This record gives sequence, structure tokens and C-alpha cells, in this order.
Amino acid sequence: MPALSQKLIFKRILKQLKKYGFQLAATIMFALIAVAGNLAVPIFFGQVIDLLVVGQKVNFDAVTLKFFIIVVIIAVTCLAQWLMNILNNHITYKVVKDIREEAFSKLQKLPLSFIDAHSYGDIVGRNIADVDQFADGLLMGFTQLFTGILTIAGTLGIMLAINWVIALIVFVITPLSLFVAKFIASRTYSLFKRTSEIRGEQTAFIDEMIGNLKVVKAFNRDDENLEKFDEINDRLTKASLKSIFYSSLTNPSTRFVNAVVYAAVALSGALMLVLDVSLPIAFSIGMLSSLLSYANQYTKPFNEISGVVTELQNAIACAGRIYEIIDEKEQTPDSDNAVVLENVKGDVVFENVKFSYNPDQKLIEDLNIMAKAGQRIAIVGPTGCGKTTLINLLMRFYDIDDGSIKIDGHTISEVTRRSLRRNYGMVLQDTWLKSGTVKENLNLGKPDAGDDEIEAAARAAHAHNFIMQLPKGYDTVITENSLSQGQKQLLCIARIMLCLPPMLILDEATSSIDTRTELKINAAFARLMKGRTSFIVAHRLSTIKEADLILVMKDGNIIEQGTHDSLLAKGGFYSNLYNSQFAI
Amino acid sequence: MGKLLKYLKHYKVQSVLAPLFKLLEAGFELIVPLVVSAIINSIDGGSKDVSFVIYACLILVALGVVGLISAVSAQYFAAKAAVGFSKELRHDLFNKIQLLSYSEIDRLGTGKMITRMTSDVNQVQSGVNMVLRLFMRSPFIVFGAMIIAFFINVIAGEIFAVSIAVLCAIVFGIMLISIPLYKKVQGNLDNITVSTRETLTGSRVIRAFCKEEDEIRDYNRKNAELTRSQLFVGKISALMNPLTYAVINVAIIALLYTGAIKFDAGALDRGQVVALYNYMSQILIELIKLANLIITVTKSFACAGRIAEVLEMPSVSSVDVSVLTGSEHFIEYKDVAVNYSNSPLNALEGVTFCAERGETIGIIGGTGSGKTTLVNVLPHFYGVHSGEILIDGKNVNFIGDEKLRDICGIVPQKAVLFEGTIRENLQWGKNDATDDEIMSAVSIAQAEDVINSKNDGLDEMVEQGGKNFSGGQRQRLTIARALVKRPEILILDDSASALDYATDAKLRQSLKSLDYKPTVFIVSQRTSSIRHADKIIVLEGGKMIGCGTHDELLKSNEIYREIHYSQFKKEEV
Repeated sequence: MPALSQKLIFKRILKQLKKYGFQLAATIMFALIAVAGNLAVPIFFGQVIDLLVVGQKVNFDAVTLKFFIIVVIIAVTCLAQWLMNILNNHITYKVVKDIREEAFSKLQKLPLSFIDAHSYGDIVGRNIADVDQFADGLLMGFTQLFTGILTIAGTLGIMLAINWVIALIVFVITPLSLFVAKFIASRTYSLFKRTSEIRGEQTAFIDEMIGNLKVVKAFNRDDENLEKFDEINDRLTKASLKSIFYSSLTNPSTRFVNAVVYAAVALSGALMLVLDVSLPIAFSIGMLSSLLSYANQYTKPFNEISGVVTELQNAIACAGRIYEIIDEKEQTPDSDNAVVLENVKGDVVFENVKFSYNPDQKLIEDLNIMAKAGQRIAIVGPTGCGKTTLINLLMRFYDIDDGSIKIDGHTISEVTRRSLRRNYGMVLQDTWLKSGTVKENLNLGKPDAGDDEIEAAARAAHAHNFIMQLPKGYDTVITENSLSQGQKQLLCIARIMLCLPPMLILDEATSSIDTRTELKINAAFARLMKGRTSFIVAHRLSTIKEADLILVMKDGNIIEQGTHDSLLAKGGFYSNLYNSQFAI
Repeated sequence: MGKLLKYLKHYKVQSVLAPLFKLLEAGFELIVPLVVSAIINSIDGGSKDVSFVIYACLILVALGVVGLISAVSAQYFAAKAAVGFSKELRHDLFNKIQLLSYSEIDRLGTGKMITRMTSDVNQVQSGVNMVLRLFMRSPFIVFGAMIIAFFINVIAGEIFAVSIAVLCAIVFGIMLISIPLYKKVQGNLDNITVSTRETLTGSRVIRAFCKEEDEIRDYNRKNAELTRSQLFVGKISALMNPLTYAVINVAIIALLYTGAIKFDAGALDRGQVVALYNYMSQILIELIKLANLIITVTKSFACAGRIAEVLEMPSVSSVDVSVLTGSEHFIEYKDVAVNYSNSPLNALEGVTFCAERGETIGIIGGTGSGKTTLVNVLPHFYGVHSGEILIDGKNVNFIGDEKLRDICGIVPQKAVLFEGTIRENLQWGKNDATDDEIMSAVSIAQAEDVINSKNDGLDEMVEQGGKNFSGGQRQRLTIARALVKRPEILILDDSASALDYATDAKLRQSLKSLDYKPTVFIVSQRTSSIRHADKIIVLEGGKMIGCGTHDELLKSNEIYREIHYSQFKKEEV
């Protein structure tokens, strides 16, 4: 995935937001109103204070009038704030929803090479945490930044209007607060980085040792581990003390700068009043009181803004990671005139197939296989010989680089993926079940199957008995650890027994099942395989012996092929492998 | 939380000083409006005293400086105490977890133990830090402002009291309503996280069954549910700002109005009115801080509770007591039954056999038949429910776990290696093992070619989890690790499953030839791995249903025969 430039990401984000243009405009308008109302109120409170003049009767009519104005402003401001919040939530959550939907449906269309090449945690993180971070940072951050800047500008404007001299003083001192905050942030950044590195180291250690606690205990390693743990813990403590302490200085320091600003406003305002400095502006105690309250308000957004900027940068980085997935190239779509495979007989032919996962690393150079309809093809060979690759190619999880694979004479790249895959029944060593009930998992390939059909399939796979022992039988919801590996495998087999496709792929389909049960399932498999072209990967040679054709693979090539007897007679790799299981 | 307080015991001084300094800072903050009030009154009084104004403003700056110093000290003490607290807590917790017995490990689960050690401790640490810093400050400012208001004027004080009550009701009310709703949002988020993960782990099956569209439809439904719950809680929390803003400003109106009446009556001066106004503006921020603090603290309390639970788990420490029951055999199982967590079914029962030095004992049976349990009770990983196990005539309950495990070499089912060099991994068996000792164990374990295939030999780095080794390589290295300590008892728990038959056979042969004659337990599903054992124990559904040599069992034991012939067709044998 190539990283996108900031400018491109920005364009992408704008495109995403286009749909919500109207709401965005409205929220900006409400933000303007809310900020204006917020700023206006202290002016009127100041005016009320000015109505209290020493030695005079208070003009209560004027006071009431001011209060009336204030109440109206408050009402409007509240409404605007509320609408702004609601709209912001609306835009944020809808955008999040849109992005997640796009990303998820993209995952279904990406080539498997993409999914295989990325850690699941990474992709999940992008779709969940990054999207949240993006929404919080960008949309919430944007409103904060926007209202913050408006507040600063508005306050400054009002202060200038009330008394430009004092406004200038404030204007000169406040950057100090920004400067201090920035200084502390830049110093603490490296401290935080150090702390999180050590924390990562500690977590990895905990993960490793607690994750394998039984081994640790078996080898009496607890003392050594505690020693190592304490050493890391010590470093972590020192580093986190520093980072927590230094970062916690930001608030008191900026508060101090605020105190200085406050004192400066009080000093200059009071002096003007005491000395009766002849300025071309009217100045009163009420105005001084308003100015003091503005001075308080004015500095707050500064502190927020410095935080928001980092958050915005972070949000853009997150957006970049999400769009890398959303904009990733999809698998080549089925061509318009792709054939829909129907009534498959099951002649499968590999002709001069060339394939590798990585262009720098040759794997399959020139593979030729002729499987006639109804034949059983067994594939054997050491780990990494290319057995799983063969399945990837049969199912068209990966596209071949050269040569051709044909089913009943149709080249599979000219057949719809859907119809190709529908004609295969696949049981993999990796037993994946979706979270849902047993029944939902069994009828995956045949959603309209009746209950007796499902039960018959489960019986054939010897899964019925243990299913009935589950709390709710076929309606039991399967959770991560509720079934053993062997039971999961039985369900995967039952899944295939139900939909009965014309061709089969069995990759170590019975590896987790004990040999007695396996023997019984094999009988069912034998019935199933009758008349169906089947590809069988297994390391138990006894399950392979009855195959019509055995392919012995090594390093991506077929080094021997033939029947069990002919291969034994040949005395090559296969016969060595076979005889080794009887060696003493 | 209370039970964890002892971890602050080394930081008593800091834990007292931190809130104290915070109080000091808050106190100085509360003085500020009084100073401003004095300035205003001085001007209103028609005073032309410039020096008083300057003096008062210097006090403002001085208050800022003293406030800064108190705050910084408070932050330091709080950080010191919180970090020290979590350090000692983490140490104890790690130690405790390491001492848990196997059944407690099973009950707790790895994921939970790791969460306790990491995020829970961090959460408690920040809880301690926040409490020390803020728990005194915010209430102090809120109520301090109210008390000062009462001193200025009783009615003003009452306005403060009422508005604080209303604000509390709004802030805490909204929080109380929204917290469970946020939990629901989190639950919905977890759902789509699971869906995303599932679609990745199952991508092959989903595509094989052409279920892509169903997956998308299902996901969109869950996603819409999430959005709905987010919007709902958003609507409620969107009320917080406007409502509190309205309350504060209405309260200011009430204050100024009463102020005006009192001013008219000469009961209040203008400085006091301004001071009341300023105090009212301060309390809102502090209330919101307090509310956030309460959320953090509640979370920390929950985490602290979970941690305390682990710390309080009883740890069985078995001691070396010299109680000799007496037995002529090296190892003897006497009618052993094992039951995990009081389930109605015993995981193992009726196991009786004995084994001598140098003998090989095979254990066979289907999945879930109790094979692993049988060997796990020998090094006292789990206690037996009834019956007893003797080694050299001594009950394993009384041998002392450490000593017992020193004489046992264990190769677990899951071949786990740890981050570090191969040598470091193999030295787990014996800390000071020399390269010669290591290599001899390696060669017995048929792992020489593993070492030779690596550029750095024994110094080759093992990545976390041993990812840079194949399953078979890892398995042979874990066998070597157990052999390095030259154990008197060697337990191979299905440890050759990833080895091909030839290697498996060679391994068994070289184990036979060991000069120190360990008693070897081999757990396997394949009869080929155990057929030459001196004694084979056949398990079925937790019961021992046969014991004898391969030939005896083939004749007399139907299950054994079935297992064997499912792997080897009759005519081949």
C-alpha cells in the first residue's frame, strides 16, 4: 500500500464530506452564532455593573432591560450550541458509518494476496480505531479549532473596541502561553516516546511469559523472570515519572501566564481609571470587569488549539491509512462474457502453469496436471512444497502468472468466480466457523436446506452426537472456545456433506480428528467422493493410498506421480516417505 | 481499591503533600477575585492611590507565582506516588501470577492475566494520580466560592448553593444516563470489530461459499446499529454544554439583580458584586472537571477490584515435607482420579500403574481421553482428587514443586520458544549448561540440522513465539530444552506430532540409549510412537481401560486394536 500524500488525503476527505455539505454549512453557521452569543454576554453584564453608580439610585428599568437582552442572547446561544452539537454528531457518526461500510465491502473485493500479506490486527485496527480517531480528531477537532479561532478573534475585536490599549497589552503577553505550552510539549514528546517504548517492551515480556506460564512453571523460571521483569519495571517507573511530571507542567504554566495577563489587565485598567488618563475612549469599571472576564476567556482556546493541532495531524494520518485500503486495487473483476459453469463433470487440467507469490522468488515453474472427471487426486510432500498453493490456484484465490487451468475445457479466468467456487466443496485444515448457531454454520453453502437435510449431513460427518450434547443442539451459538478443534473440523465436513458440490478439495480435512473417528468419516468421504473429482492433501499416507493419482510435490514441482503401487515400485521419494512410517 | 492502598505506604508523605499543595493552589486562586474587588472599591471610593493599585496587582502576580510553585510541587508528588504505587503493584501482581497453579491459570485465562498486568494497572495508576491532584481541588474551589459568597452576602450565597445543586444535577444526571448508553455503544463497536476480524480470518471460506454479499449485508446492519446508538447517546450529551451555560448565566443574572438591590440599599459595594460575578464564572469549569474525574476514578476502582481479586487468589505453595509412604517402585500411581473445577465428570479416574527407572511408558487414547491430564499430575501441575502418586515412595504433594519440577523434563504439546538466542532457550533447562551439554541434548533430540541450518548456530535469534522456526523445528528444540537438564523423568506430551515417522523413530531410539536412564512418558495418538514402550496405558473417556505391552494389548484390548488398525491396515502389520 503506497502511503498517500497529505494533499491527496485532504482531497479524499473533502470528497467524503461532500454529501454532508449542507449540514456542514449549517454547523458552521451555528458555531458562529454560539461564539457571538458567548462573547456578547459579558459586555451586557459589564453594562449592568456600570449601572451601579456610587451615590446614585439604581435605575432598575435599565437593569431589567439589560437582563432581558441577556436572556434572549442566552436562549439563542444555547439553541445554537445544541443544534451545533447535534449536527456535529450527525455528520461525524454518518461519515464514520460510510467509511466503515466502504472499507468492509472493499475487503470482500480485495484479492486474497492483499489479505494474506497484511496482519489481520492491522486491517481491523484501520477499520475500527483509525476511523474513530479520524472522526474524533478531524470533525470534533475541526469544530474546536474553528470555534477556538473565532473566540480568539472575537474577544480580541471586542477588547480592542472597549479599550485598545489594554487589548494590545493582552495581545503582546498571550503568545507567551503558547510558547510555554509548545516548549513543554516538545520536551515531553521524547519522554513519552521513551516511556511507551519501555512499556511496549514490558508488555511484550508479559505477553510472552504469562502467555506461556505453564512452560515457565514447568522449568521453574519464575525467579529469573521476576528479575528481568523488575529490571524493565524499574526503567519504566523512572521514564514514566519523568513523562508524567513534565507533561503535567503544561496546565500550571499556562495558568500562570494567564494570571500574569489577568494582572496586567487589572493593572492597566485600574491605572487608567485612577489616573484619569485622558484617552479618546470612554472607560468604566463595568468595562474593566468585562475585560477581565474576556482576558480569562481569551487564553483558554489557546491551550486547546495547541492540543487540537496534533490531533488533526494524527487524524489525517489515520485517514490516510483508511483510504489506503478503500482505494486499494480490487481483484480483476469477472469479464463481461465470463461463462457461468453449469453441470460440471470435473475434468481439471493444469497446463504449463507458472506461479509465484513474489516475483523475486520462483515457486511453481511449469506445472502440468490431468485430473479426469471423478478421479481422486492426492497431493503429498514435505511442508512448504506448494500443496496449499495448488488449492489457492484451483479456487482462484490467486491468479496464475502463465499457462492455464481448465475445467471441462473452460479456462477458469474466463469463468465467473462465483460459479467456479460454487462447484468446489472445500474443507481446510484451518477450521473457520462464523459466529452464529451451529445450523447457520452448516447451511452456509445451502441456506434453504431443511432441518432433516442438515441433520442427515451432520450424521454423515459424525457430528450429530456431539451437536445434540450442546446446550441448544443445532441452535447453539458457537463461541470462540466452545468447541474443540476436532469438533470444528467435523462441522466443516458436515457443511460440505450438505451442499454436495461436484468437485472436492480436502486439505488435511481430518487432521484434528482421532484416528478411530477418522476411519468412520472416511467411509462417508468415500461415498461422497464417488463420481466427484477430489483433491486431497494429507500427511497420513494411509488416507492417500486409495487415490487414483498421487502427486508428490517438492519445492513447487511435481517430482513423482502415479498410483500408490506404481510409486512404491519405483522406489523414489514417495516410497521412502511411506516406508519411514514403519521404521523402528 | 482499599486493598491496594498498602502500595502507597512507601509514598505516604507524597500522598499527603500532593493534595495539600493542590489545596494551597486552589486557595490562592480563590483570593484573586477578592483582590480585584479591593481595587474596584478603591477606585469607586475616589482614591487616587496609584501605589495601592500597583501593590494589588503585584499581589495578583505573586499569587500566580505561589500558585505555580504549589501546583508544580503537587504534580511532582502526585506523579511520584502514582508511579511508585504502580511499580510495586505490578511487581507483586507479576510475582503472584507466576505463583498461580495450573488450575487457577486455566480459570483466569491468559487474556485476563495480561489485561490485569497492563491496562488495568495503568488505569489504576492514572486514577491514583488524578485523585491526588484533583479530588481535593475541584470541590474546594466550588464550595470555597460558595462559602465566600455567603460571607459577602447570605442571599448571594444561597444563589450559589442553588445553582451548584442544579449544575450538579445536570452534569451528573447526564453522565449517569449516558454512561450505560456509552457501554452499549462500546458493545456495538465490539460487534463490528468481531465482524471485521471474522471476515479476514474466514476470507477463504467466505469466498468459497460466495458469501461476500451476505457478509456485507450483515456488517451494514451491525454498523447501522452502532450509528443509531451513537446518535442516541450523542443527543443526550449534546445537552450538557447548552444547559450548564444557561444555568450559570441565569445565576449571574440573579446575582447581579440581588446585587443591584443590595447596592441600592447600601448593603453591598460594587467590588463585592464584581467578585460574586467572578466566582460564579469559576465554578462551572471545576464542576465539569470533577465529573470527569469521577468517571476516571470509577473506572480505576473497577480495575483495582479486578486486580485485588487476582492478588487475593490463594496460591498453593507446596513444601518439602519428608513423609515417606514407601513403595518399591520408582513411580507409582494408586487409583488416581482428577477433577477440574468440580465438574460432575472426572477428567481422569481409576489410574493405577507403576514405572521403573529407564522404562518407557506409552499413553494412548482419543482426544479428550485424559492423556495430558495423566502426565500433568505427575509434576503436580494439578492436584489429584483422590488416590495418590508416589515418586521414590514419596507423595508428589509433599515433594515441593520446585524440587519436583527439577527432576522432570517436560515437553508440552504446544512447542513454545521464547525471544532470545537458541542457546538462551535451551539453557532454560539448566542455567549454566555448557555448549557441549547443549549440543549433546540437541543431537539426541534430532535437532542438529536445525542448529546447522542457521547461520549463527546456537546464537541464532529466536523471534517471539519462535515464528522463524517451523513447527517440527520448534518441537525438536523444545525436546532438547527438556533434555539439557538430564531429567530423571522425561514427559513427551504428543511432542512428536509434527515430526515425520522416520525422525520420530530415530528420536525414540536415541532416548533409549541415554546413559542416565530417565523414565520416559510418551503421550501420542499414533500407535507407531508407543508400540515399543515397556508399558502402554490405554485411556478412554478419562478411564484407564488397558495397560500392557503392544502385543498384549493387541490381543486383549479392543479399543487399542481399533486405534491401531485405524492407522495400519491389518495386512501391513
